[in-house]
Amino acid sequence: MNQLLTGIWLTMSYTPTADGAFASIEYIMRDVEYGWLLRYMHSTGASAFFVVVYLHMFRGLLYGSYRKPRELVWIFGMAIYLALMAEAFMGYLLPWGQMSYWGAQVIVSLFSAVPVIGPELSEWIRGDYVISGITLNRFFSLHVVALPIVLLGLVVMHIIALHEVGSNNPDGIEIKDKKDENGIPLDGIPFHPYYSVKDIVGVVVFLFVFCMIIFFFPEMGGYFIEKPNFEPANPLKTPEHIAPVWYFTPFYAMLRAIPPIAGSQFPGVVVMGGAIAILFVLPWLDRSPVKSMRYKGWWSKIWLVIFAISFVILGYLGVVASSPGRTLVAQICTALYFAYFFLMPFYTRMEKTKPVPERVTG
Amino acid sequence: MVLLPVAVQAAGAKVPLDNIDVDHTDKASLQRGMTTFVNYCMGCHSANYQRFERAATDLEIPVEMVEENLIFGNQKVGEQMTIAMSPADAGNWFGAPPPDLTLESRLRGDDWLYTYLRSFYKDDSRPWGVNNVVFKDVGMPNVLEGLQGVQSNHCTPEELLHQEKKIDPLTGKTMGGCLTLSKKGSQSAEEFDKTIYDLVNFMSYMGNPVMLESKRIGTNVLIFLAIFFVFAFALKKEYWRDIH
Repeated sequence: MNQLLTGIWLTMSYTPTADGAFASIEYIMRDVEYGWLLRYMHSTGASAFFVVVYLHMFRGLLYGSYRKPRELVWIFGMAIYLALMAEAFMGYLLPWGQMSYWGAQVIVSLFSAVPVIGPELSEWIRGDYVISGITLNRFFSLHVVALPIVLLGLVVMHIIALHEVGSNNPDGIEIKDKKDENGIPLDGIPFHPYYSVKDIVGVVVFLFVFCMIIFFFPEMGGYFIEKPNFEPANPLKTPEHIAPVWYFTPFYAMLRAIPPIAGSQFPGVVVMGGAIAILFVLPWLDRSPVKSMRYKGWWSKIWLVIFAISFVILGYLGVVASSPGRTLVAQICTALYFAYFFLMPFYTRMEKTKPVPERVTG
Repeated sequence: MVLLPVAVQAAGAKVPLDNIDVDHTDKASLQRGMTTFVNYCMGCHSANYQRFERAATDLEIPVEMVEENLIFGNQKVGEQMTIAMSPADAGNWFGAPPPDLTLESRLRGDDWLYTYLRSFYKDDSRPWGVNNVVFKDVGMPNVLEGLQGVQSNHCTPEELLHQEKKIDPLTGKTMGGCLTLSKKGSQSAEEFDKTIYDLVNFMSYMGNPVMLESKRIGTNVLIFLAIFFVFAFALKKEYWRDIH
């Protein structure tokens, strides 16, 4: 909601042209009343959105929320994640700073690594031979109209799918199996007032951190707004070091870790795409008789920790410049990232699980 | 196509920078900085996103005073701090057009600017007779040479990058380092450092003119949220008392 509302007001003062975009951002920052606040809310909101999404996804992995009967919820969730990445990527071009420009240049050129149709494909996306005002215009259109509609639709479907099966819980027990004479789950409590008041507390804590960043550290040390983006886009001058915004860096590190084969970067692109695609089939990789990490065996716990750590390390490696040593670490982490998924059918079936209680525990 | 250059790290070595703490509440410093900026920098550099009037208001300078003393062209006080030099001409004269400086402090950082502006040294192989420790082979002449004087380098290029400077605890003067003053300017070393501090302070303000207001509003917002948290938490506890 924050992104929608601030976005609407930012759009009022923004100029989506190569000549005017950068200056219009500074116009918003300086001459529009509270324009700086709207802009920082929007830029910080993008990062905050990903923080929340990553935490939400991790909780899903932890409690097995992707498992039957919630496969559809998980798949809609992954579709949201995918659309969100596209939305964030296209939004990042709009300020038309150096990092906007070169970041987009790198990502779009990934498509040119696709065999046979690659070069035409990336030209078709850009609408030009390089990132230009034409690209800016279409990304602006997609960012403010097309993708928000897609996102809203997916969120609605995510919630409808959830309502069909009900929320999971840390025990991984289907509470709808045990109902009282009125058909109300014995272990369930109504969302209002219990979860509404609990969520208010969570929202306040979140807002505290969020506002601290907006008002005191809007650039977040160069992670939320990267320093080279204070210089207008210049197609003739490549920045010293191109790094995507932090929420893309794990995948960027994977891309860099895979060496080109026969002069083509395509394998790296496949691995990067596969890293996201494999999450879609997660519900069918987990063969454990239990859902939640509470009752799973040691193997699942160890692998989840390894997975989380390698994801964080990859995120760090995607920020810094590459060196042979770092590339090796990135390769190991990429292997572990995939091992978590590929080995899941085996270790979840083999390990000893604890019995799941009939009712939700305290 | 573009992927390969990405993996190549730039060769530019990191030079240790002198640290400064800017202070946007020090209006006198900002005013002196703006004077230096307009007199010395705006010959070649624009500040295309900063309006004269906004600076006058924020820095508490009367608008008439800015109009009389700090606007040399025919601009109105409500206009941006633009310059008459065209980028195309400037590109011919300097090799590259001097960048717009409105956001330079956020691009490079305050410490970088503070060190850079004090690190020019005599180098006859360069077109303008000077080179810079922080920005090697920069196209900019040492505009503040009249104030600073001429610094000479007595180290090898390699030593220059890793020079160690120490602050004498008794006098507070910098000791060691590769650059020494070979010709005095109109200011002493301390005065010149102060001039640069004021200038960088102003450039830092210009890069982020809302910083003070942002911190003021932010403090109030955080206080409100902290109080609200107490009530929200108490309410949650009250409702959840009968669960489990």
